[in-house]
Amino acid sequence: MTDLSYVRSEMLPERDPPVSTSGVIGWIRENLFNGISNSVLTLASLAFIYWVLSHFIPWFWSPTWNGTSLGQCREMIGAAGKEGGACWGVINERWPQILFGFYPEELRWRPILAFVLMFVALIPILFNMISRRMNWFLLALVLFVTTLFVASGWLAVVAQGLLVVAMIWIGRLILMTKVTDRAEQIKAGAKRLPNPLIFSSAFVFIMPWLLWGGTLWTPIAAAFGFVVGWGVFRLLAPKVGDLAGLIVGVVAAIVWWLFLIGPVASGLNALLPVGLEPVQSRYFGGLLLSVTIGVVAISVSLPLGIVLALGRQSDLLLVKWMSVGFIEFIRGVPLITLLFVASFLLNVFMPPGTNFDIILRVIIMATLFSAAYIAEVVRGGLAALPKGQYEAADALGLDYWKAQRLIIMPQALKISIPGIVSVFIGLFKDTTLVSIIGLLDPIGLSNSIRADVAWNGVVWELYGFIAFLFFIITFLMSRYSMYLERRLRTDHR
Amino acid sequence: MTTLTDPPKESFRLSMLLNDSRYRSITIQIVALIAFLTLIGWLLNNTAQNLADLGKEPSFRFLSQPSGYDINQRLLDYSSQDTNLRAAFLGLLNTLLIAVMGCIAATVVGVIVGVLRLSNNWIVARLMTIYVEIFRNVPVLLWIVFTMAILIETLPAPNKFRGDTPEASMLLGDSVALTNRGFYIPEPLFSRSLGDVHVLGESSLRFNVSLDLIAILATLIAGVLIAGLFAKRADRIQAATGVRPKTWHWRLGVIVLPTAALLVGLGLHLGYPELRGFNFQGGTYMRNSLIALWLALSLYTAAFIAEIVRAGILAISKGQTEAAAALGLRSRRIMSLVVLPQALRVIVPPLISQYLNLTKNSSLAIAVGYMDITGTLMGITLNQTGRELETVLMTMLIYLTISLVISGAMNVYNNSVKLQER
Repeated sequence: MTDLSYVRSEMLPERDPPVSTSGVIGWIRENLFNGISNSVLTLASLAFIYWVLSHFIPWFWSPTWNGTSLGQCREMIGAAGKEGGACWGVINERWPQILFGFYPEELRWRPILAFVLMFVALIPILFNMISRRMNWFLLALVLFVTTLFVASGWLAVVAQGLLVVAMIWIGRLILMTKVTDRAEQIKAGAKRLPNPLIFSSAFVFIMPWLLWGGTLWTPIAAAFGFVVGWGVFRLLAPKVGDLAGLIVGVVAAIVWWLFLIGPVASGLNALLPVGLEPVQSRYFGGLLLSVTIGVVAISVSLPLGIVLALGRQSDLLLVKWMSVGFIEFIRGVPLITLLFVASFLLNVFMPPGTNFDIILRVIIMATLFSAAYIAEVVRGGLAALPKGQYEAADALGLDYWKAQRLIIMPQALKISIPGIVSVFIGLFKDTTLVSIIGLLDPIGLSNSIRADVAWNGVVWELYGFIAFLFFIITFLMSRYSMYLERRLRTDHR
Repeated sequence: MTTLTDPPKESFRLSMLLNDSRYRSITIQIVALIAFLTLIGWLLNNTAQNLADLGKEPSFRFLSQPSGYDINQRLLDYSSQDTNLRAAFLGLLNTLLIAVMGCIAATVVGVIVGVLRLSNNWIVARLMTIYVEIFRNVPVLLWIVFTMAILIETLPAPNKFRGDTPEASMLLGDSVALTNRGFYIPEPLFSRSLGDVHVLGESSLRFNVSLDLIAILATLIAGVLIAGLFAKRADRIQAATGVRPKTWHWRLGVIVLPTAALLVGLGLHLGYPELRGFNFQGGTYMRNSLIALWLALSLYTAAFIAEIVRAGILAISKGQTEAAAALGLRSRRIMSLVVLPQALRVIVPPLISQYLNLTKNSSLAIAVGYMDITGTLMGITLNQTGRELETVLMTMLIYLTISLVISGAMNVYNNSVKLQER
């Protein structure tokens, strides 16, 4: 081997990149000061941020939590030696009202319990990461805590005992078995806990009962309507065919709901009175009202919207034109006109003598409103599916509903999730419009608070607080939609 | 011997209505139609019976009766002696006014914010994200009443402008006054005006058309058309010789000079608001309600438009920009010749549906007392005449017409820019 001494035999140590292009300084140069116009923009933004914060922080940090009127707040601010500041007394005094309206104070555990239970009921629908056992454990825990707070007497003690036993049993299951072992046991035929979706569907009937009170037999009888319809369908379908069975089943359920619920519920209540103290709709208000309207309208409008979208895509000409007419009419008018219909006209459309609840009327119109928008979103999803999917479903010999349920809808709904969630967010924000027809949602309450002599002139604190409440809820909803999109993304991007 | 036989003739059986897919669709449609007609008939029957019980048979006579209320912000002459129909007409004009003003402002703000969100300046992009999230996630009604409350509580009352050492002063060389009753801005006046044309005589829908405005618009349009001819000529020369002659000064001159001459000829001057007594006189008066509604609606809708613009620009694949750069185009021309024409195809349909939303949201004017069609026809007229059915239905029909016109225009546009595939 000849001597190759001019070839370097070891690597030189790597040199650090220049300070100006790496680290914090590099990042700043890259992102904030690359070029004259960008530097100007950066400085202007910094000045703006400084201006906002220099006004906001002293204003926000104001010792007025215990003020009882605007005048007293000003005195407290003056005593603290400040120029001006927020008057947090109004929030301190009125936040229960902004959250619950005029719902009786001693009964407020009911809406709270309803909304805590709502999350328990939503978990199996929203997230698939929590196991059945965890979900049932959570439910038992919530109910146990509730009984500690609101109930007393031997019945409560019995219920608490049962719940503790249930929690210990489920907790042992959770702690003792590993997830993988459990999966093998299930494969080998071990029994599973019942699906938590049972509770989720029961919750649909529990929530109105908790909020409005009254006898327990009414929600039970309402739920029994589904049993009636299903029973009639199962009984008749083998004899007269699926379609006729379905129609008769639906009619039977409607007859049950319209005419038989009242007598059955009151009869059962006379035999065994179980119930909660009724709360009338006029006591509902604040965020409670917004969330109630929003949740009910959202959950009912989704199936309705899907049906409308299918109707609009249908080959049946009449069905198609009816769906198109409905959707375009609803989308063409502002929600406020529909709320005026709810307020003034819905009772006129009903048989003489009917006078049903204003909140129910508003919920009906809000449901129709968002159903039309959801129908358009779902239609977008349906249209985005390649035609081959429909043809493949046909080729497999699936009938219309099976094809929709197994092939079309899972894909179409996945495409439409961002749109559906933004319709829901829009609907939740639009629940504030009920203040215009005189219901006391947070904005309606803010008007009456500002009309109060003690708080005349309060602006930023009050509206800022309400905006904050809405912001949190809608922001979480939009983040959830992003999470769902990621979870359902099956292509490899 | 024949092996071919006709298939057995199928006779129609009643069960085929349910089991044969050829007839089943007809069955379903007939059932649906009957159910639909029954529902409509039931509703109409109930309505007729209820209204008869109340003694309020549907009639539109209230439209020709005097309205008896005032409209404080209006575009045409009106007094409380005028009919309800005229009040509704002025309300409709107010709706259209706020819709047009809002759409313009929302587009300007939205496009700027949308582009800045994509800026490579980190801090500006974050600021714009915060703006978008805050405005999108809070109800528009809250923004409207919030803005209204801010205007009322923080701006000075007109009497604060009085005295030798006033607490408040007018802006922009004493031409604009921001008070808690509204904004006073200079109005254009013509000393040698051509006058107005009164259309529709004395009827409720009468309106005036300013001849000055028509003359100015005609001059402007003619100028733009002639400027277009210059551009065409430049195109021809460029196609023939490869060198594009400079025409921008010609084009600008043709648009600006005749219009300026006309304005001088008409004697254009500004009428400034002046403090007389306890209030301002002269100038154009924009009430608080109009300002609050305009600001809130435009800023709220702008947040949505910003997202649409951002999505539209992101939808153009990077290859397009790079290809254009490889052809030697400068970055501004890349934007105007390559990116924007493609992005617009993505942006415009959702943009127009945002315009539609803004128009529909303008009905929230009723919360701050701006007299649009909701505030007049479905607000005070409804309360004074008690004609719920007629007024609400009329209002719905008017909004429906506006929406259908806008979405019809959108369909025409969509068809004109649609990619011609195969």
